[in-house]
Amino acid sequence: MCGIVGLFLKDKKLEPQLGALLSEMLVTMTDRGPDSAGIAIYGNGAKGHGKLTIQSPNPEADFKGLDAELGKKIGTKVSSIVKSTHAVFDVPVEKLEEARAAITELRPNARVMGAGEAIEIYKEVGLPAEVVKRFDVTKMSGSHGIGHTRMATESAVTTLGAHPFSTGPDQCLVHNGSLSNHNNLRREMIRDGMRFETENDTEVAAAYLSSKIAHGQNLGEALESSLNDLDGFFTFVVGTKNGFGVVRDPIACKPAVMAETDQYVAFGSEYRALANLPGIENARVWEPEPSTVYFWEH
Amino acid sequence: MHATNLATAPASKVNYEPKVFDLSKITLREFNQALHSIQDGTNATSWEVINPKGSHAVAAGAEHPISIDVKGSVGYYCGGMNQKSTITVHGSAGPGVGENMMSGTIVVKGDASQYAGATGRGGLLVIEGNASSRCGISMKGINIVVRGNIGHMSAFMAQSGNLVVLGDAGDAFGDSIYEARLFVRGKVKSLGADCIEKEMRPEHIEILKDLLAKAGITDVKPEEFKRYGSARTLYNFNIDNADAY
Repeated sequence: MCGIVGLFLKDKKLEPQLGALLSEMLVTMTDRGPDSAGIAIYGNGAKGHGKLTIQSPNPEADFKGLDAELGKKIGTKVSSIVKSTHAVFDVPVEKLEEARAAITELRPNARVMGAGEAIEIYKEVGLPAEVVKRFDVTKMSGSHGIGHTRMATESAVTTLGAHPFSTGPDQCLVHNGSLSNHNNLRREMIRDGMRFETENDTEVAAAYLSSKIAHGQNLGEALESSLNDLDGFFTFVVGTKNGFGVVRDPIACKPAVMAETDQYVAFGSEYRALANLPGIENARVWEPEPSTVYFWEH
Repeated sequence: MHATNLATAPASKVNYEPKVFDLSKITLREFNQALHSIQDGTNATSWEVINPKGSHAVAAGAEHPISIDVKGSVGYYCGGMNQKSTITVHGSAGPGVGENMMSGTIVVKGDASQYAGATGRGGLLVIEGNASSRCGISMKGINIVVRGNIGHMSAFMAQSGNLVVLGDAGDAFGDSIYEARLFVRGKVKSLGADCIEKEMRPEHIEILKDLLAKAGITDVKPEEFKRYGSARTLYNFNIDNADAY
């Protein structure tokens, strides 16, 4: 199964409530997948600042003094906010790649969950309600966000196997379904120089889109390409710095329902996830068509 | 609005007002249990469900000639296995509405998600909006009337009954069909294996006339439809096709 939710705000007035709205949507989908949960929130950072979300199995030891060590190594001032097993580092945007490399060196056990100007990713093993509470997601504001609760099929139940997957700056993807040609695609992309953290099929889909975007496609074009190259079952919801997209495979047996009002575009694996959104009673509610790319940009 | 839990209400109570069940106040299981506890010949023939908010299995397993009005949208398997009841969803329905229904009527005022009426054995399912993929998959005697369009792979392996579509049908319509009758007024994107267009005879016009009337549709004529059904070439194994397996 797996449960997906997504919310792309058009009305800035709703931005302070993004975390709360998305959290409620995700918790409603709990019975579609109890293994792990994750959420990506796109918040407007200050100009010139980048965010690096780091996860560690030993947060106390790994995050202690890391600000100063990282700052020294990349030659700038660095600050961070620690939330449970995750920490978000604020570094100059032009130093993001350098900081990512430095962290891998300084803390070999820590993993980079996501990097970019807007994205923060939090994911852990456990139920959505626990994950949302652990990372205080309800208090977060932002312009758009994506959440996922997982029923694991293609790889182990671990933090790194949780969704969303991020394989490029400000990009992330969540998936309901299973891919059947992910091993071959992974081999091809490794040959092209991409790095993978897991054996997971969804990470391959995320990396596939990142690779297409890196080669000059926009999000919509990358999603179109995925329909030709990815084999298996999928409903994907993806996020970029300014955008939000949805695509389903040609068979489209993985459920999806969308709602749009003047204030937002929302996605849910089921209508239940959307039922408490403001103004839902007057929203345009529809089921996204198979093999059809939907995307919105700010 | 008040919520009545029939499971704890005296069974002999005569009540001609609709019994209202608020799913924001009672659990779905309490409502369905009340529905299953009805005695034959009950006078409580009018039921109403409010705040369904996409709940699964609303009014599944109803088996008495009562009317159930669901005020809002429902999730999976609404009215599944229905017998005799008339269920009206004043909203949209999730996957599998009316799955395996035996008799009675289900009306969805909005859209229906995938596999509406799947494996249905009898009764009438009316969808006033669109139905998505696999509508009427493996239907076994149910009648389905869709006012709008239906998605891909609809009537897959359909065995008997009638599927009436006022709009268009998606890809692979009627794939591997046995003996159901399919009527489409709009375009069919593509026909599935062994499904062909067939001649519309007077008895088919009569079937359509009857089903359209039962579905409350008065602005459309039976003559506007085309009929599709099985070419019956997949009934028996053909040795010439052995290489395909």
